[in-house]
Amino acid sequence: MLERLGLMPPQASTVAGQVDLLYAFLLLVSAFFSILIAGAVIGLSIKYRRRPGEFVRTPHIHGSTALEIAWSIIPFGITMIMFFWGAHLFITLKRPPDNALQVNVVGRQWMWKVQHLEGRREINELHVPLGRPVKVTLTSEDVIHSFYVPAFRIKQDAVPGRYTTTWFEATKIGSYHLFCAEYCGTVHSGMIGQVVVMEPAAYQAWLAGDGADGATAGAAGGISVTATGEGLFGQLGCATCHQAGSVLGPQLAGLPGTSVTLQDGSSIKADDDYLRESILNPQAKLVKGFAPVMPTFKGQVSEEQLLALIAYIKSLGSSAGGAPGTTPAGSGGPDAGQRKTDS
Amino acid sequence: MTSTTNYLNADYGIWSWLLTKDHKRIAILYLISITFMFVLGGLFALMLRLELLTPAGDLLAADTYNKFFTMHGIIMVFFFLVPSIPAVLGNFLIPMMIGARDLAFPRLNLASWYIYIFGAAFTLYAVVTGGVDTGWTFYTPYSTAVANTKVIPAALGIFISGFSSILTGLNFIVTIHRMRAPGLTWFRLPLFIWAHYATSIIFILGTPVIAITVLLLAVERSFHFGIFDPALGGDPILFQHLFWFYSHPAVYIMILPSMGIISELITCFSRKVIFGYGFIAISSLAIAVLGFLVWGHHLFLSGQSVYASLIFSVLSFLVAIPSAVKVFNWTATLYKGSVEFAAPMIYALGFIGLFTIGGLTGLFLATLGFDVHVHDTYFVVAHFHYIMVGGALMGYLGGIHFWWPKMTGRMYPEWPARIAAAIVFLGFNLTFFPQFIAGYLGMPRRYHMYPPEFQVLNVMSTAGATILGVGYLLPLIYLMWSLRYGKVAPANPWGATGLEWQTPSPPPTENFPVTPIVTEEAYAYSTMREPEYV
Repeated sequence: MLERLGLMPPQASTVAGQVDLLYAFLLLVSAFFSILIAGAVIGLSIKYRRRPGEFVRTPHIHGSTALEIAWSIIPFGITMIMFFWGAHLFITLKRPPDNALQVNVVGRQWMWKVQHLEGRREINELHVPLGRPVKVTLTSEDVIHSFYVPAFRIKQDAVPGRYTTTWFEATKIGSYHLFCAEYCGTVHSGMIGQVVVMEPAAYQAWLAGDGADGATAGAAGGISVTATGEGLFGQLGCATCHQAGSVLGPQLAGLPGTSVTLQDGSSIKADDDYLRESILNPQAKLVKGFAPVMPTFKGQVSEEQLLALIAYIKSLGSSAGGAPGTTPAGSGGPDAGQRKTDS
Repeated sequence: MTSTTNYLNADYGIWSWLLTKDHKRIAILYLISITFMFVLGGLFALMLRLELLTPAGDLLAADTYNKFFTMHGIIMVFFFLVPSIPAVLGNFLIPMMIGARDLAFPRLNLASWYIYIFGAAFTLYAVVTGGVDTGWTFYTPYSTAVANTKVIPAALGIFISGFSSILTGLNFIVTIHRMRAPGLTWFRLPLFIWAHYATSIIFILGTPVIAITVLLLAVERSFHFGIFDPALGGDPILFQHLFWFYSHPAVYIMILPSMGIISELITCFSRKVIFGYGFIAISSLAIAVLGFLVWGHHLFLSGQSVYASLIFSVLSFLVAIPSAVKVFNWTATLYKGSVEFAAPMIYALGFIGLFTIGGLTGLFLATLGFDVHVHDTYFVVAHFHYIMVGGALMGYLGGIHFWWPKMTGRMYPEWPARIAAAIVFLGFNLTFFPQFIAGYLGMPRRYHMYPPEFQVLNVMSTAGATILGVGYLLPLIYLMWSLRYGKVAPANPWGATGLEWQTPSPPPTENFPVTPIVTEEAYAYSTMREPEYV
């Protein structure tokens, strides 16, 4: 009903209801204290108002330690409820389920470029299936943008030079606003797209490129992101040094998500950000036992190609592990390293 | 007490003002300069609200709109709100309230004003030569690598005016430590002084950080040193950490002095000793200290680690407690008081209402799971305007009215002032309350055009802003009018406690003919003789 009155955005994801419940709690507490304080201020100032020409000798009330403690402790307790509730929900929002579908989104002035792992690409539109968690990996080609879908109650900044992630599971068929929420220049307010939630079957048909709106989407000829990455991997000559048994570069199959020991003896999780950095700036965090011989690929690969390369490298891991997944990288099994990439 | 010598007629001529070392005259110089900046910042806001009347971007071009909200923010934050109460009322009143002849360093005080003017000149230069469009937050890499507007002059303006803040803070701290009248112990100080003491700590500790930050920004922009831009090997999130390390405490620079004013107004117009003096005094310091530890709540969605976000969230809740304690104590002060609804009191009571809403909505934003949805939306815009305009500006206006007789020797007209205060309160709520709803519905901030479903709320907001504009125009008119036609003010028109009321209005240059000796606590209204003015 609140939605129909225009007081609430559509609730179209699994977390939307949880966010609104928390909102209701916050509103209730705020309404209580607002009414309490406004009531006390208005009530007391009217009750003790000065009549014209009157002089009242007011009592000398210094305060009350008991009251001070009470009105410190009670708000403290209530805010801690808010904290734990909010923190719990935040952690949910930060942890995509393991079976989530992977979508890459690259922001640039002033559009959202979407890359489905199966190969379909779109601009300012994101088609997703109903009832399936979708994990969005974000980055930006230029300045900071922010991926915001009010109907899903999710938002995440897309920061150049690194990956951030968010996820949602749509619960209602329809089209919903996709806003850029971080000021990004002239056409910031025009960086608006839509998320289209479809029945799973319709989504599959759309993915295959034979949807009615196929013309607008610009399908990439059915080449999956992993395959694009594999092509790039060969083209850029990565395989020369990164093949099994090579002494020039570390082996990549099974690497993503594991812990890597570096030259200085410290170790680091080989997450998406690490893979990205190692392609663009290979000398930054060199793996122990290898010489600094890799050239930089900065300026040679676009953000989307980087994402494809990483998807391919991750698919090596899952096939080496003997678990040919239904979808390529990013969704392969319980993978703690994966989850941490959002931090 | 009419024709005697006072600080206003002690000397004439432009140089007697521009080279004055009298803290009261410097306060007047600040009053004129920040009023000019307020009008300028307000005109930008007016244009923004007019543009947002319709969903399409039809009144202003997108770039113009972006420049206007940027310049509205820069001017209002750095050149109006930050200096407003400390530089005008703090400057005028701190020596008077503690029974001193002047601030500890009068020349430094004058230098602070010149530095402020110099900084403002840089920023105004940026405004008239094309403007700047980065948002007042100057987020990188947009500000260093992409924007082709006057970023560096605007940033240098902020850098320079920061020194004015630092020197003012230093001056206040030394003055409050060293120049209190005999008998004026720390816990006899008016709470206005405590609030300014806490503010000065933030001035001194926080301002250097923003100075360094904008300098680094200018260096990266000019010389392409990779500091913040990832394309040059920098880290854009580092900028946000540095920026908010100052700019969050800056919110307390704006609100703490206002809270100090509210304590003075509530006690005077309920003729009652403040409830919980020690708790209000210490809560100012608690806010100043805790305020430095919460900047990361601006980075919940930036890619900051989840653990960092959890810690910043819990600390943000903690800083709300001392603010709540103040509100409860002010309310309790009214109990068994003798409440008079003079214009300053209407501002004070309005402050309590608006600050309460601003504070409570701050809790919404500190709540991680909810912040994700409303971060960078109009919910945030509404929240901080409730604090910075509903709070800081209401306190400032209340204070200006309250001490106007002392500063100018003339009374403002009471009824127009009451009506203006009511108009400001109503106009403010109509402007900003709908923005909470727009934000929850998902309208992002800094949008030049917006989807049509948000129009009703935006029309309400623009209507409110028009009313608010009238509410601000009225004091500007009747206060100027009162300079010539206002009733001549007695030394203590409100029957208030406090040393500043024990000297003529306007005060002589040396403030007190004889250094006063303090024998009682602050706000001893219960033991005061029946005031003559009744």
